[in-house]
Amino acid sequence: MRTEDLIKALDADAGKEAMPMGKAWWLAVCVAVAIAAAVFFTTIGPRPDIMPAMHTMRFMSKFVFTLVLAASAFALIRALSVPGASTRRRMAWMLAAPLLVVLAVVLELFVVPQADWSKRLVGSNMMICMTFIPLIGIGPLAVFLGMLRYGAPTRPVLAGAVAGLLAGGLAATFYAAHCFDDSPLFVATWYTIAIAFLTLLGAIGGRLFVRW
Amino acid sequence: MTGKDEAELSGLLRAAIAGDERAYANFLHRIAALVRGFVRRKIVQGGVDPEDVVQETLLAIHVKRHTWRPDAPVLPWVYAIARFKLIDAFRRRGRRIEVEIDEIAETFAEPETETVSERDINRALEGLPPTQRSVVSSISVDGHSIGETAAKLGVSETAVRVSLHRGLAAIAKRFGRQ
Repeated sequence: MRTEDLIKALDADAGKEAMPMGKAWWLAVCVAVAIAAAVFFTTIGPRPDIMPAMHTMRFMSKFVFTLVLAASAFALIRALSVPGASTRRRMAWMLAAPLLVVLAVVLELFVVPQADWSKRLVGSNMMICMTFIPLIGIGPLAVFLGMLRYGAPTRPVLAGAVAGLLAGGLAATFYAAHCFDDSPLFVATWYTIAIAFLTLLGAIGGRLFVRW
Repeated sequence: MTGKDEAELSGLLRAAIAGDERAYANFLHRIAALVRGFVRRKIVQGGVDPEDVVQETLLAIHVKRHTWRPDAPVLPWVYAIARFKLIDAFRRRGRRIEVEIDEIAETFAEPETETVSERDINRALEGLPPTQRSVVSSISVDGHSIGETAAKLGVSETAVRVSLHRGLAAIAKRFGRQ
């Protein structure tokens, strides 16, 4: 088939256009949040003392970390799903969440006596943390990988990893409402491991499924 | 010249998205010539037929045209797709190459005309289900319209459009998996 002929076929198929990426991404996030919320509320749910906990800095700081991670990953993945879009500044924003966590850890080490460090780090339910963040995040990750297939990422592995970070940030936001361990030492360790797992899964998914 | 190209081409694609078929054909012809110039310059050793990459890029542009934001420049989008498909073509043939990300060189790519030889797209076309294959080749190779194809095959125009759409999507997908 000559290229001329191919163009005739493409031209004849020019009709109705698919949903633009911006709109599709917002729709995907709504679906992902709904899935994460459904899994969260039908399994572990929020902790019973959530109202008083909301008045403590440590409890609220967890949401700052996870929401900043989710927001920066969302901005980056939208650019990564479109060919030729500039990603450098959005990449730089990905440092925001880790830097905030590092800052909080340093403050915590100042405030808490050294004897309590390991107790705070180990916490009371790290296994639940490492089980439920991936469990809440896996549905959203599938949605985001589907969105990457719908888009056209020229770096599929990286885009898949960022999908994992986005799913991880979203899942960790829900999980944080359940978790009794509010110390930044706990968050920096176990949340990170759980989100890293989703990130790895996302990168593998990007390699295997995001072909176009 | 490139600034004018950019303005004209993004104008054409905007018109095409708004439903102007002539603008779309015009856009695709000009993009094909630019991409051909770009790809030929990048393929210095053999192994990959530039025209295969041109066709693959056009198909990708077509099935992924919803990823272009109408307020963004169109050429960086086109070249990013062309570069991705070029690297992909080399990878499929077991060769690793680096296609440098150098926007300036790309904007100097000269439009070039097509040469004819055996194409990857023909293999992808032969792999389609019979209805899709006959619709796609009737419209492309034989140059019939949707209406003529419908009359010739004895089906409705809607059915022709659906088969064409699915056939092209399947060819685009098959290209990526070879």
